[in-house]
Amino acid sequence: MRPFVEISDVSLMYPGAGASETLALEHATLAIDKGEFVAVVGPSGCGKSTLLKLVSGLHAPTKGGVIVAGHEVAGPIKIVGMAFQNPIMLPWRTTLDNVLLPLEIVEPHASRFRSNRKNYEAKARALLAAVGLDGFADSYPWQLSGGMQQRASLCRALIHEPDLLLLDEPFGALDAFTREELWAVLRDLWTAQQFTVVLVTHDLTEAVYLADHVHVCSKRPGRIISSRKVDLPHPRDKYSADFVALVRELHNGIAEVRAA
Amino acid sequence: MEKLERAMPWLFITGLLVLWEAAAVGFKVPVFILPRPSVVAQSLISQWWPILENSWVTLYRTMVGFAIAVVAGALLGIAIGSSRLIYRGLYPVLIGFNSVPKVAVVPVFVIWFGTGAVPAILTAFLVSFFPIAVNVATGLATVEPELLDVLRSLGARKRQILIKIGLPRSLPYFFASLKIAITLAFVGTIISETVAGSAGIGYLMMAATANFDTPLVFAGLFVTAILGIVMYAIFAVAEQRMTFWAKRGDGLMV
Repeated sequence: MRPFVEISDVSLMYPGAGASETLALEHATLAIDKGEFVAVVGPSGCGKSTLLKLVSGLHAPTKGGVIVAGHEVAGPIKIVGMAFQNPIMLPWRTTLDNVLLPLEIVEPHASRFRSNRKNYEAKARALLAAVGLDGFADSYPWQLSGGMQQRASLCRALIHEPDLLLLDEPFGALDAFTREELWAVLRDLWTAQQFTVVLVTHDLTEAVYLADHVHVCSKRPGRIISSRKVDLPHPRDKYSADFVALVRELHNGIAEVRAA
Repeated sequence: MEKLERAMPWLFITGLLVLWEAAAVGFKVPVFILPRPSVVAQSLISQWWPILENSWVTLYRTMVGFAIAVVAGALLGIAIGSSRLIYRGLYPVLIGFNSVPKVAVVPVFVIWFGTGAVPAILTAFLVSFFPIAVNVATGLATVEPELLDVLRSLGARKRQILIKIGLPRSLPYFFASLKIAITLAFVGTIISETVAGSAGIGYLMMAATANFDTPLVFAGLFVTAILGIVMYAIFAVAEQRMTFWAKRGDGLMV
């Protein structure tokens, strides 16, 4: 079967005058199967976030091509949901209205949004409840804590039932307890809905806790230098010997990359 | 403490007036140079009808000019803020336009439109549309790129991004500019009325100056100030209601 996401021999140059031109990615190749949970880890500035922008169609590659669901990516594709390190909520909308935003844009929901608003609202409230935000739907995002906003941002990324969820260090700015709580939330949502996930992170424990496959990115210009399958059963125990050994193995791999 | 805060503006104004009165009496300043507040008040009462009539004229012209400025300024701001090309082309022209002293333009308007309401309305419009346009454009141009990415990754079109993000995001800028623009609009109307008017507070003050009726001139100034404060207050309340989400604290740095 053909992979769901194919990144083949992609390079991306950020334009700039003379020396400020940066090659973010070079000959990056990665294949992701449908329904797979993939984590991309690597030293900071290795082009991990750029990789996500390529897959989502926000950026076009300088060389090479990206194929998602059998189609060459030529512009923003509508089957993705994205969440970023900052929750990026719209402060003039309530949490509920923030979560509903994608439905006002993405077809076929957008054209029937007005007439179907009740159903969509119920769906959004159910999703908010699933991430532990029941009772906060009508609050404004600035009345919520950072962790709560990030939960809401996850809901917004998932409300239109995207086939592909792209996460750019979404838990990076949270405290350790909230972070681990949200790992479990994300894992449960993924188990229930079986979308494909690409998670960019520099937290190896997070990668091993969640992903089926962990791909390691080289330092800039980034490319995928090694991939490791994680076949520990869910729910994973981050203190088990196998888990710790795997994290250490990845850690050593990245240390080598940084030194090289 | 809260009571004191509410009373502060009144306390301050009363203090200022008392100080003025005392200074004018103490230094024996002639009335035709600087009338005492009590004399100005007398003038306000004895000439209440011409003052009211002319205030109404000025208020009406200001509001019409301001209304045009709000529509034109907002549209221009949206155009400048959402298109690089229009920004490049129009911005220098606008700045040049705004640098021209409006007093100098009034005689031209008089040649074109006579001394009626039109020059005053046009001047009010001209001085007040610029801050609105610039603020709306700034609001649009400073939208966080991450915010745009959220919508773009969903495949939103430019128009959708403008409606869902750009306009609500620049609302606080818009309302902040309205408070400035309304006071400027008064300045515009009164400039035009003083240069070439046949009615309005500006005209009244010019006529009073010609008669050496300084108390009436000051009465006119007072009325203008009060009108300005009232309009400002109205737009401040509107701002609070529309953009409460942008101001979560009390807005003070210390």
